[in-house]
Amino acid sequence: MHVSIQQLNKSFGPVSANQNITIAFAAGQIHGILGENGAGKSTLMKLLSGVYKPDSGQIFINGNAVTLGTPRLAVQIGIGMVGQDPLDVPVFSVLENIACGMQMPNDADIRQQIIHWSTTLGFPLSPDQRMRDLTVGQRQQVEIVRLLIAGSHVLILDEPTTGITAAQVEALFTALKTIVTTGKTVLFVTHKLDEIAVLCDTVTVLRAGQIVGTQMAMPISKETMLTAMFGEFLNHPNAGAKSIPTDAPRWQLKDTMLHDATFVLGPFNLSLPKGMIIGLAGLEGSGQRIFMQHLAGTFYPDRGQVHFNGQPLTRANPLVAWLPADRLHEGIIGAMSLSEHVLLMRDSLLAANQNATEKAAQLIADYAIKATPDMPLQQLSGGNQQRAMLALIPESAQGILLEHPTRGLDTVSAMAIWQRLQVRRDNGATVLFFSADLSEVMQYSDAVLVFFGGQVSRLLARDTLSEEVLAALIGGVGFAEVSA
Amino acid sequence: MKTQFVALRTPIIAMVVALTITAVLLLLAGADVFAAFGVLLTGALTTPSRIADMLMLLAPLLLCAVGLTMSFAAGQYNLGIEGQITVGGVAAMWFLRGYQDGAPVILYWIGAVLCGMLMGALWALLVALLKRYMRVSEIFAGLGFNFVALGLALYLVFGPWKRPGVASMSGTEPLADALWLPTVTGTRLTLVTPILAIMMLAIVWRLIRHTHWGLQVRACGLSALASVRMGVPATRRTLEAMALCGACAGMAGALQVIGVYHALVPNVASGIGLMGLLVALLVRADIRWVAAVALFFAVITSGSIQLPLTLSIDSSISGVLQGLIVLAIIVARARRGEEAA
Repeated sequence: MHVSIQQLNKSFGPVSANQNITIAFAAGQIHGILGENGAGKSTLMKLLSGVYKPDSGQIFINGNAVTLGTPRLAVQIGIGMVGQDPLDVPVFSVLENIACGMQMPNDADIRQQIIHWSTTLGFPLSPDQRMRDLTVGQRQQVEIVRLLIAGSHVLILDEPTTGITAAQVEALFTALKTIVTTGKTVLFVTHKLDEIAVLCDTVTVLRAGQIVGTQMAMPISKETMLTAMFGEFLNHPNAGAKSIPTDAPRWQLKDTMLHDATFVLGPFNLSLPKGMIIGLAGLEGSGQRIFMQHLAGTFYPDRGQVHFNGQPLTRANPLVAWLPADRLHEGIIGAMSLSEHVLLMRDSLLAANQNATEKAAQLIADYAIKATPDMPLQQLSGGNQQRAMLALIPESAQGILLEHPTRGLDTVSAMAIWQRLQVRRDNGATVLFFSADLSEVMQYSDAVLVFFGGQVSRLLARDTLSEEVLAALIGGVGFAEVSA
Repeated sequence: MKTQFVALRTPIIAMVVALTITAVLLLLAGADVFAAFGVLLTGALTTPSRIADMLMLLAPLLLCAVGLTMSFAAGQYNLGIEGQITVGGVAAMWFLRGYQDGAPVILYWIGAVLCGMLMGALWALLVALLKRYMRVSEIFAGLGFNFVALGLALYLVFGPWKRPGVASMSGTEPLADALWLPTVTGTRLTLVTPILAIMMLAIVWRLIRHTHWGLQVRACGLSALASVRMGVPATRRTLEAMALCGACAGMAGALQVIGVYHALVPNVASGIGLMGLLVALLVRADIRWVAAVALFFAVITSGSIQLPLTLSIDSSISGVLQGLIVLAIIVARARRGEEAA
């Protein structure tokens, strides 16, 4: 089945997620879709699988224009998507899960097909296993079998290797190669260059909602893919970066191993000095978030210890401020005003006898927040919410951790925020941030940590780096030499 | 001005919708709609004794609604309120059973109310602890504990505390006359319960709206993650808010035993907690409207008792109206994209 897309556009409010996407996918091949966080990969796949409707543009199947409308319709036409999180009914058996979405299920027939596809693809599945007893990797296999039984000719897999074992990744890749030999098409969405290299026949790169590299036939060097993902490298003046001090560190991690539900990082040894801005570079989901959560004291390491100012880090250290990217969910309380936030944090923000409203007014002036002290923060724009969150960092904070500090902000707001952070740095605070924007990392960091393949690099002075070198390290090229 | 109007528009529309549906139901039943609404709204206010009966419902209802407003502010749906009333009544009865003729009655009253509050608080705390440390939804844990509390009351009424000779649903041996709370002449109404209810309203109002503690409780209810990030002791505040709610319910249970039933009856909660939940759902965590809404519910509930007598309409129509109002408001809020509480 031949799928092609012409002039497809999709926006969410003012944000253009996909612009003028025109591309055709030949049958019988595995097509890689590569791009950084927010490049528009998932939006494009959701347009193809009927989850979203395009604002304009057309999708053609075998030359005929189609309107996909809903996932159910897309599956009937022959396009099926395996999501990042397989959605299934945990108490159902494999058979029941596959049968429940079919129109005229015949259990004996479906049972036979499950056995057929499992054997063909090398998946160890039995029709009567309960979904809740399966691993994430096995649930993904069920999902693939389900879509094949439903008659899908095009299989879309969105970041399918997150959270599954290495053996399951290998089984998945073998299965996908088998599937395309039957003339079906696989679209494989990822930000991992290695996976593209070993699996895909072609690669298409998205950046900022647009296609920047169409159907490049593999093999292609990692450097070429990285250039496409991140754009032309700008060379920033290296002036202003501080050299790495060697006195007592702010954070110290010794033989530390960190993990969350799907990811393991380390073991590694690291010292993060006082008075520096440290950028965390790496492809999305390379462990930057759990690294920060451990530095914030919200999680404990599996192995080793995290020390802050020479002391083991305990939960909720008031000297460490953590600013999550999901502002309204984890960062601030949308229904409350800046004054109320000042009151909530009065122990670390307010001097004795200081009035919260006056303090809020002062923060509003200092940080140029467009708000009044009594306005609920949910009424503010994203940039002003971010400024408010920054304003609420106590003067006493010695460690500041930021996720995507300037995402979605205009240049002026971003510069204003960096000025504040540089003042904090000059006062001795250690500032860590991660950003999908390599030039931001290069521009504002004094030193950089690179995350790749479950490992962290040692602290790299920015003066020793260029954007090219950094992009290569992010893709794993030369990473072994700098690993911590 | 404009924002105030917008804030009021939702409840007004919801009210009109609920009244219309109720009117249609009354029409279908062949009743005189306007006469029925008239009785609902004024039936409780026609004679002093009817006003007294209405206040007897309003006082414990207000106590429960005030407590629930506290727990809702902390983001906890305390459906265990009925059980907390019941154990409050049980604890009060336990304390009063130690009364000997001639002992200072006032001390026994205070002791019984304090016992009721303590027991209600502990009962609510159990639910909160299960939620915090065992991830049991407070809704289901609360409902479960309601049955346990009812079972406890039934066991005591039919077992250890039964009347000599006869065990009956009508309750334990009545309290000594001296222990009955004094009533307003000619009615069964004691003024102690309304006074305490207003006192609790004032205390909780001040706590929620004018203290740092209340600010922290509201922060936990609005976003637990963000409040923990900002250093709010979220676990403690949530447990404290739940305990305070349980204490209000326990106080209501104790006062029902001392001032209304003069004995422990199995059904000491008698649905007051559930009606309190309707009030709390309507006002959400906004303490300013609790008294007015509780009064409205008490008026139409008491008024509805006159319906079968004057118009041969079943009194359950007041419950229908209350349920519809809450439902309509929740639907209206959901349509406006607000969160449920």
